[in-house]
Amino acid sequence: MASVNILSTKGLTKTYGGIDANMDVDFELQRGKVTALIGPNGAGKSTFVGMICGRISATRGEVFFEDQNISSMPAHKRIQLGIAYTFQITSVYAGLTLLENTAISARRRLGKDNVAVNAKALEVLERVGLADRAHQIAGDLSYGHQRVLEIALGLAQDPVLFILDEPTQGLAETEIDDFVDLINALSGDTTILLIEHNMDVVMRTADQITVLEFGKTLASGTPSEIHNNQAVQAAYLGTAVDA
Amino acid sequence: MTKNSLYSHCLHFGTIALLVALFFLLPAYHVGNLSRIMVLAVYAMGFNLLFGYTGLLSLGHALFFATGMYGLGMAMNTFGLPSELALIVGVVCAILVSTAIGLLALRTTGVAFMIVTLMFAQAGYLTVLYFGSYTRGDEGFVIQQAERIFAGVDITGETSRYFAALILFSIVFLLIAYLVRSPFGRTLVAIRENEERTKMLGYDTVRHKLLAVIISGSISGLAGAAYALLFGYVGATFATVQYSIFPLLWVLLGGAGTTLGPLIGVVFMFYLIDLSSELTQAYMLIAGVVLVLLTLFAPQGLAGEIRRKVFKWLP
Repeated sequence: MASVNILSTKGLTKTYGGIDANMDVDFELQRGKVTALIGPNGAGKSTFVGMICGRISATRGEVFFEDQNISSMPAHKRIQLGIAYTFQITSVYAGLTLLENTAISARRRLGKDNVAVNAKALEVLERVGLADRAHQIAGDLSYGHQRVLEIALGLAQDPVLFILDEPTQGLAETEIDDFVDLINALSGDTTILLIEHNMDVVMRTADQITVLEFGKTLASGTPSEIHNNQAVQAAYLGTAVDA
Repeated sequence: MTKNSLYSHCLHFGTIALLVALFFLLPAYHVGNLSRIMVLAVYAMGFNLLFGYTGLLSLGHALFFATGMYGLGMAMNTFGLPSELALIVGVVCAILVSTAIGLLALRTTGVAFMIVTLMFAQAGYLTVLYFGSYTRGDEGFVIQQAERIFAGVDITGETSRYFAALILFSIVFLLIAYLVRSPFGRTLVAIRENEERTKMLGYDTVRHKLLAVIISGSISGLAGAAYALLFGYVGATFATVQYSIFPLLWVLLGGAGTTLGPLIGVVFMFYLIDLSSELTQAYMLIAGVVLVLLTLFAPQGLAGEIRRKVFKWLP
């Protein structure tokens, strides 16, 4: 039926005034797997996922989702195909209640059916452990809770592909454990692309890892393959500098 | 949720019932004022949909108000159409103009959007003056009393005018109340609160904003057309920048992003000027001081503060 890869990119490139944030990235994302995108700061990870979901326009290159070329689609159309995206810098509706936050997210798919929208909005808040705060204003939440709400906004869309940009940044240890459990529970049904700095989280969740460095793919493989990869060790530990 | 929507229904139908009752309770002078206030409140409600709910500040709404007004006025005076058709002409003109302005102005955001809308409104005002031989420019023109018959009813009398204004007000009031609770209205609020997030939840924010400009401009145009029909005068004053600033003041005072705010704002402003001008010739000074105080102590407007402090369910 559907192909193994839910998403792929060919020669995806972004140039910011002469600086190549991403250079000819060919990438394949396997259906139903958790793939972690790692790399040092400035490696171009956020730019790369930004180009996948349409937030950032690519200088050149192509993006395919479910075998469809989505390169020229605006962001909202790509999201409507079932791609959910969470921001690296928390971006929730700070002036609205948590329930209204998740309801806006759920309503795009469920439309006029208020009962279904509310049920979905509450369900995802329960799932991330914020149900008891449903009627609080999102802007009053702690930073960690806002991060969790950001993830809930993604979940409320029942995405086919869930892209998370550094979701555990600023979370407490217990919240990170909950997050790992959540991702592991989602995997299988949902394809997950995770940008993550916390290697512990990566090792506990990822089926596949892709390493970016200087805007290029350095390595791709299973966690153990990446763990033993000389080039990756060099990039991360700073040895064998020959560039 | 259902409790809130019950409260909201009670509030809206209660307001309309109160306006009906006021006709019988108030002396003639205030009844006349209230007719005018209700039509201006329709204008304010149109503005509020864009400013209060979508978060887009237009400084050029006088263009839409005047478009409706001249659309109706010239259809009746120049082309001799009956008032019912002329009202439709006025609204259609407002739809066309707001669509064009929306398509152009929405290419900008923030301060640039304010300036672009302001400039278009100025261009509209100058156009009215330029074609003075048709529009009668600054002087304006009067729609003859004999022609101001709508659906068989003479709307120049105090009673019929009051109820015509009330019917118009009620339709728009209930429409807005319905709209802001609908998925469309909730999406507008989402755009106001965080446009980038809304786009990345899969909403077509550009289309929503354009629709908001068109609906807002059309309601403003409807108010302009009704104003001309009910009060019998069409003039370039209504296209000046002053008439773009008025709805902003009304909505800010009454409470932006509340359904009741526009009406409260217009009543407050109208009587503030009315009462202070009885006291002194420097009535604008009194009005100015009160406005400053309100902005300092009730930054969310009267209805906004009530919502913040007492009735959180206020729509």
